[in-house]
Amino acid sequence: MQKMLTVCLFLLVPTVLLVTFTYIPAAEMFKYSLEERDQFGVNVKFVGLENYKTVFTTPEYFAAFKNSLYYLAGSFIQLALALFLATVLCSKIRFGNFFKGVLFFPYMINTVAVALIFRRFFQRGDGITNTDGTLNSIITLLGGDPIKFLSTEGLVNICLVFVSIWRYIGFDLVMFIGAIQSVSPDIYEAAELDGANRFQVFRYIIAPSIRPIILLQMILAVKGAISVYEIPFIITGGRFGSSTFVIQTTETAFKFQKVGLASAMAVVLFFIIVIVTIIQKLVFKEEK
Amino acid sequence: MSAAIKRKRDPVDSFFSFMKYAIMVIACLIVFIPLIVVFLGSLKNNTEFLSSNVFALPTEIEWSNYKTAFIDGKVLLGLKNTCIIILISCTGTIITGTMTAYVLQRFKTTFGKVIKAAFLLATLFPSISMQVTVYRIMNGFGFVGTMAAPIILYVGTDIISIYIFMQFLDNISYSLDESALLDGAGYFTIYLKIILPLLKPAIATVLIIKVIGIYNDFYTPQLYMPSDELAVVSTSLYRFMGPYGAKWEIIFAGIVICIIPTLIIFLALQKYIYAGLVNGSVKE
Repeated sequence: MQKMLTVCLFLLVPTVLLVTFTYIPAAEMFKYSLEERDQFGVNVKFVGLENYKTVFTTPEYFAAFKNSLYYLAGSFIQLALALFLATVLCSKIRFGNFFKGVLFFPYMINTVAVALIFRRFFQRGDGITNTDGTLNSIITLLGGDPIKFLSTEGLVNICLVFVSIWRYIGFDLVMFIGAIQSVSPDIYEAAELDGANRFQVFRYIIAPSIRPIILLQMILAVKGAISVYEIPFIITGGRFGSSTFVIQTTETAFKFQKVGLASAMAVVLFFIIVIVTIIQKLVFKEEK
Repeated sequence: MSAAIKRKRDPVDSFFSFMKYAIMVIACLIVFIPLIVVFLGSLKNNTEFLSSNVFALPTEIEWSNYKTAFIDGKVLLGLKNTCIIILISCTGTIITGTMTAYVLQRFKTTFGKVIKAAFLLATLFPSISMQVTVYRIMNGFGFVGTMAAPIILYVGTDIISIYIFMQFLDNISYSLDESALLDGAGYFTIYLKIILPLLKPAIATVLIIKVIGIYNDFYTPQLYMPSDELAVVSTSLYRFMGPYGAKWEIIFAGIVICIIPTLIIFLALQKYIYAGLVNGSVKE
């Protein structure tokens, strides 16, 4: 009896919050996705799957999906780089902790600060109120012509992906170093005694020990790539073909007041995440 | 022993050793250059900022940029509001998170299992996109435009923390609970006197992840607290772009102000931050 009471009392607040702020909005999201409605819910009209059709057939929305491919490719470059740097940092190296700290620190910096730093970094001056940013200054110093990094389609996405790598690589680095260091030092010593070279040590000792964490980071990278929001939103506001699916969703809901359509977009994102998670579970089941 | 057997340094080894440092120095420069430019720029006055090279040292140090950013730019207010939100949200998360984890992990009731599954499923909802409908509910309660909205979201939708606590409890033996139960202690006493103290390392992990997360969050405060009086660090910086659109030296001062607390915390707690992130991610 006391047990049941404890269970109920302890779970009361978290469950109420969970239902109110996750499940009710989720249910509404599915319902609204079949309707045409604004933020205030006046003149609601049932439209069936019309919103979903709009999401999949409007080129604008599709372009946003295409942009996540840039971020996905960036995530894989980031993982490879982080793995490489982690291996170097785990070898005998002086100032290793200092290097690790420097590379990790951007992860701690406020997102808006990071975005503003790079908004300036890539800036192309207009000759009146704004001068060239850091990168264009370097280019001019080297005798080249300044480039419009943030207002050239395609190039802008590469710049934004760079910012995202700059910011997040430290996190992967710390994860990989943690995994590599969890291998007992005796094993490395034994390998050294047996005359194993660097590549053999990496191939037969390091790689297997960090396989699960690499897999996990790869799957998280997919989820991350389709949920990119803050960095492009603050740096470019999604202009010049740099919009992402989440930027589109929030703008549809709050700027254009099309809650039905935005809900449909949220549902689409939800299903993508569900599919990726199922793949994640299958992969890790096989691992075990 | 191993030192004696170590191979002699051949040219290949020296080359690798040189490359190692070269790579690290280049990588660190890539991190440093954008940051140094910000620091240098924040010390220049507007004329100098526009005319001098980005790497040039300021001829005369202009502290007034910091004053403008701090007071007029509301960064000070932002820091204060962020601290309040972090304090309340973290306390809330620790209390509800540990209680939930204790009940779900120690009592295997059917009701508990259903709730556990419900929490697991909730991690799948995309948090930013979900605000499309959460906003309406927040509005219904009258929470929009108050600190309550972000605090409730940080406490009430944080499922990762509950999982970290549960995983940690998994490795704590039941024998302590059982002997206390035999001694006549109630469940609440067990939670307070045994479980909570044992969870300390997990609490540290959750705190680290949580503080970084809230400090960096931009979307939630931007959506729910649009008024200037409720600016947090992220939103106060973001709103700089309007009035100081072309005054990068003031924006830079704001950025430096917001990086300094992070830097101090990072230098002081480096080891714990790494450990916290590694422990936290394995539980995904």
